[in-house]
Amino acid sequence: MSAAEWRNAMNTGAAVPRPRRGVSAPPVSGGGAEIGERRIRRALEAIRLRHVIVLAALVVYPWVATPFLTFQIGAQSLALGLVALSLTFLGGYGGMISLAQMTVAGIAGYMVAIFGAASAADTAISLGWPWWLAVPVAIAVATLAAAFIGWLSVRTEGIYTIMITLAVGVAFYYLCLQNYSVFNGFQGFQRVNAPVVFGINWRDPLAFYYLALFWSLAGYFFVKYLLRTPFGIALQGIRDNPRRMNALGFNVTAHRIAASAAAGVLAAIGGVLLVWYNGLIGPGSVGTSWIINILIIAVLGGMNHPIGAFLGAIVFVLLQTFAIDVIDRERFNLVIGVVFLAIVLFSPDGLLGLWAALKSRFARSSGFSTPRGGIR
Amino acid sequence: MKKRTFVRTLVGAAVLAAFSGAAYSQQVIKIGLLATLEGPFAAGGADGMRGAELALKQKNGMAGGKKIEIIKASSDAKPDVAVNATRKLVEQDKVDVMVGPLSGSEGIAVKNYSKTQPGITFINGSSGAQATTLVDPSPNFFRFNTEGAQWMVGLGEHALGKGYKKMYLISEDYGFPYSQVQGFMASYCAKGGRIVGKSWVPLGTKDYSSVIAKIPGDIDALLVVLGGADAVNFLTQYEQAGGDKPMVGGTITVDQTVLNFKGKRRESLVGTPSAGPMADSLDTPEWRKFVADYKANFKDGFPSPSLFAYLYYINTRAALEGLDAVKGDLSGGQKKYREALQKLAFKGPAGEVKIDENRNGVGTTFITEVVKNADGSLASKVIKSVPNVSQTLGLPKAEFQKMGLGSRDVPNCP
Repeated sequence: MSAAEWRNAMNTGAAVPRPRRGVSAPPVSGGGAEIGERRIRRALEAIRLRHVIVLAALVVYPWVATPFLTFQIGAQSLALGLVALSLTFLGGYGGMISLAQMTVAGIAGYMVAIFGAASAADTAISLGWPWWLAVPVAIAVATLAAAFIGWLSVRTEGIYTIMITLAVGVAFYYLCLQNYSVFNGFQGFQRVNAPVVFGINWRDPLAFYYLALFWSLAGYFFVKYLLRTPFGIALQGIRDNPRRMNALGFNVTAHRIAASAAAGVLAAIGGVLLVWYNGLIGPGSVGTSWIINILIIAVLGGMNHPIGAFLGAIVFVLLQTFAIDVIDRERFNLVIGVVFLAIVLFSPDGLLGLWAALKSRFARSSGFSTPRGGIR
Repeated sequence: MKKRTFVRTLVGAAVLAAFSGAAYSQQVIKIGLLATLEGPFAAGGADGMRGAELALKQKNGMAGGKKIEIIKASSDAKPDVAVNATRKLVEQDKVDVMVGPLSGSEGIAVKNYSKTQPGITFINGSSGAQATTLVDPSPNFFRFNTEGAQWMVGLGEHALGKGYKKMYLISEDYGFPYSQVQGFMASYCAKGGRIVGKSWVPLGTKDYSSVIAKIPGDIDALLVVLGGADAVNFLTQYEQAGGDKPMVGGTITVDQTVLNFKGKRRESLVGTPSAGPMADSLDTPEWRKFVADYKANFKDGFPSPSLFAYLYYINTRAALEGLDAVKGDLSGGQKKYREALQKLAFKGPAGEVKIDENRNGVGTTFITEVVKNADGSLASKVIKSVPNVSQTLGLPKAEFQKMGLGSRDVPNCP
């Protein structure tokens, strides 16, 4: 690369700074205890009324909702949201749109079925390991796979990342479809149920909802935390200008692979939840329709904040479940399509963009201004 | 009311939704109807719904002295989607009886789900996996239709009668064709026939050249268990490769797409035997009435009711006849209703409909052959019917259990 090109690259990067909170450097002064105290105080200060309301609503929700709404709407949204969160993290903060996140989730799900206790009557493949062994192994395998997919796609940018991860996803779909010795082909695995632990049947709507809620919150705060670590800040820097980060001495490739692996952990946990939610896994669970659905969820919710993935998942699941009631017979997919189209058309940032627009309008009309811009 | 539920749910007033279901279940009995309105079987699913609606229309929308309300749901032939749709019908819309789903793996998944809802009666739509009622059956899942293996019973003897002693199998690689092949081979192998080789191809295969290259030259016929479009692709390529062996078809192999086949081998299709639980050309008053009713009610339907329409029809009709038998009494966890269903027997469009102790249909299988009409078009004609085909394929129970369920390697007679 010539010196002129370098300068050019540096200047364009500098000329278009992307305003983002969270990139601000942490304070450097003070002893360890003081920093810890300040950090806690800052964390407490960041809590807004809406955070408390949302958290309380999430905890109370299954007690007011029917088991159906708890399980199919609540738990499914959370599990799908967790998978979509991994894409939001990769896409929104790493600049890598990976379509293979459902594949990673599917790998985790398949591993739970293969290592764990899918019903022995259906297939002789399952090894029948106890859940405390099968689940961590499944997540580890899926994370390795995610790192591998990241390593494969790391040198590509933009649409080429999409293409290569789509290819990986479709290849995995066909592997599941045609391999009988490990993946049990077209039929997949039936009766892959959540285990009974501490006397609680985690398959019950209430228990499963809280399980999904716990891991979703864990995933959400993990992403929030990760974005403020030096790693997360470097990742956002790489998203904005990889060349410049490279020149500053950051290993761009390693950061991207690590981001893929971190997102892989989230997707894998989501995948385990999904396989327990469905009670089964087959090639259809990792096919192109689900690969695209995860992208839809992430885009629908908005990719510039981790909460977007869950908002998108809720709207997606509500539409999938109830659209057939709004417009009967064979046309209900039209409703789903129109809603998606409308949201993306009127708000390129998805639901989060709508929220931001509403908020700024409200702020203007009521006459006070919020110093904190954006939706964070 | 449904629209309201949706809006309420959207705004998060979930409590209200809980009450909306149970309010008027006393005067109206709700039947949930699940079929695939999306995905590869969308056309079949729509016809399945027509079949179910026809059964209700013939009873003027009433059964057991109560009005019947049908609530529809759709899946895309994937088991997880089918369970989600079923769960919504049962737990959200509070249906009393479920009818569905359409395809085999969906059927197994819905059967597994039915165990978690002991208060609801599940009746199959058109799914035909053997395992649904043979492995770990559910006490509240009923299937009044016969399944994939039963549909092929008698075809093995028929093929032997035509002199096909050595055959080669080309089949799609999933549960339904496994069952079909077992239904054929169980009697075919026992009576001295040989299947010298098997090619299992993925669903939707476009290129059959590697399969065609493997077909040995010294066989008498091919056993082709492929769905319509796959079968046409195979036939075209087999013809181009110079193949000339006659063919025996599975239940969904010889459908209209195959009968409209335009290639040179069209003539050689004449005489191709196949088997199934119904036949377009059946000539009984019940079948003629069924076809006439179907045509009168559904102007947008097929020229003649499809397999899916027929299967949904008999299952829905069984659900309604059962309600008549108990006069709409679903109390006591539907215990009386289930006893009535177990004892139910009626004359359907294509023979007697009744179930065995696993709650799986025992019925008639029709052997058909392709014939040429006077105007040059091809049609399938009923050659003979095999009554009272049970799920053990006419074998004693112990012998059938020794053989096990159909799979890639079961049965085997090379």
